[in-house]
Amino acid sequence: MRPTTPVFAALALLAVLLTAELAHARFAGASARERLAQEAALVAALGLSDPALFTEARYTRHPSLADGMAAFQDNPMGFDHFPSGSVMPAPRPPISGALGFSAEEVTQ
Amino acid sequence: MIHWLRLQRSLADFTLAALGRRRGKNTALVLTYALVVFVLASAMFFAAALRHETQLVLADAPELTVQKLVLGRQAQIEAEVIDQIAAIRGISGAKGRLWGYYYDRISGANYTFMVPTDPDLVPPAGSVIIGEGIARSRDLEWSGAPLFLSRHVGDLQKFEVVRSFEGDSALMTSDLVLMNDADFRSFFNVEPGLFTDVVATIRNPKEVGTIVEKASHAMPDLRFVTRDDILRTYQKVFDWREGLLAALAAAGLLAFVIFAAEKASGLSAEEAREVGILKAVGWDTRDVIAMKLWEGGLVSLGAFLLGTTLAYLHVFAFGGGIFAPVLKGWSVIYPDFALAPHVDALQLTTLALLTVVPYVAATLVPIWRAASADPDAIMR
Repeated sequence: MRPTTPVFAALALLAVLLTAELAHARFAGASARERLAQEAALVAALGLSDPALFTEARYTRHPSLADGMAAFQDNPMGFDHFPSGSVMPAPRPPISGALGFSAEEVTQ
Repeated sequence: MIHWLRLQRSLADFTLAALGRRRGKNTALVLTYALVVFVLASAMFFAAALRHETQLVLADAPELTVQKLVLGRQAQIEAEVIDQIAAIRGISGAKGRLWGYYYDRISGANYTFMVPTDPDLVPPAGSVIIGEGIARSRDLEWSGAPLFLSRHVGDLQKFEVVRSFEGDSALMTSDLVLMNDADFRSFFNVEPGLFTDVVATIRNPKEVGTIVEKASHAMPDLRFVTRDDILRTYQKVFDWREGLLAALAAAGLLAFVIFAAEKASGLSAEEAREVGILKAVGWDTRDVIAMKLWEGGLVSLGAFLLGTTLAYLHVFAFGGGIFAPVLKGWSVIYPDFALAPHVDALQLTTLALLTVVPYVAATLVPIWRAASADPDAIMR
């Protein structure tokens, strides 16, 4: 047997497997759509805003509704107690801003 | 054409035979390479599926959520403010919501308590609807088991469980406890006329920006969170987590790069001699390069295919056991859910290019130098 025969066969097998997986992603995606639609309907009915992924603190359970200063939630300069806080992105500081005593002054 | 294919096949045969002479080292190379691809591809599949799922599900999240801020923190909002919000031009309706958190000392987990705004989901007095995570953390295995809640030492309240959300919606409902308005107010001691926040519906979704701008000008102590803000938050959360995992994998990647560079570019004396002999027996420079291309191609393609195939199985067939804790979080009751498989074609192509091309290039450059040199010089 030539050395390429088993190697090419193995590569072809892996390629077929990967193609099957991609097909599965498409096909299973279609059948999962029904479940997702039900979930979305529940979200709409309950008015949910965040997935229940990390429930340990207010700002990790509902990051989209959390206070602006999540890193120091409990006392000034109080560091994060919870591990999932470390895998949350830091909020971006405001890119632009202006100070003024009236709205006209700020929008000038 | 057939002649060319035969030539290539023979070159591949020759390459494999040459690789077979250092079987242990080359097998280790392919396996390490595949492991690196596996780690990166798993993180990619997992994050893409999670992002896809949250984007789809949160597409129906509240259009506009309004919070009252006092001392930089969210405070309860009065019923009068709801009327003021509802009166803003462009807003078609506003409802006060009651929700909050409860720390369960028995399971050590936090639950989210909520009064559903949809009348169909409001449980009768003295009963609750719970998420699957709560039933799991409290061992409420048999149906009809009541939920006992304690707010402080010496306090115990019993609630009948009228329904549990199934695992299908666990991603969103795992830690939820739904109560009716009266039970919620008496359990948490919330005075009538106060709400946690307000959700508003908007007549024309295109006007959200303008409405928010006007409303925050008129009511500066309120904070407005739009549906787009929510979706953006999640896009960023998962991007960040995927990036974090990729950063962790980067250490492994770096070690692999050193290993591969040593193997591929630092042509060993033995390999250089081999090239010299091949040239001396009449091989063309082109043939030597083609042979080396086969080597790089077979190793990297094999590793890529093996790594991605296993990564897909890891994430979608075995629930991503290795990375799930990092990407999902560390909650006491994190949801037990199966991700809907989703593959981002662009990401997969990028991964293929980023893993296959550099390796092939790294093998090619030194061999080209050796192959174009005089055989006598390199054999010496």
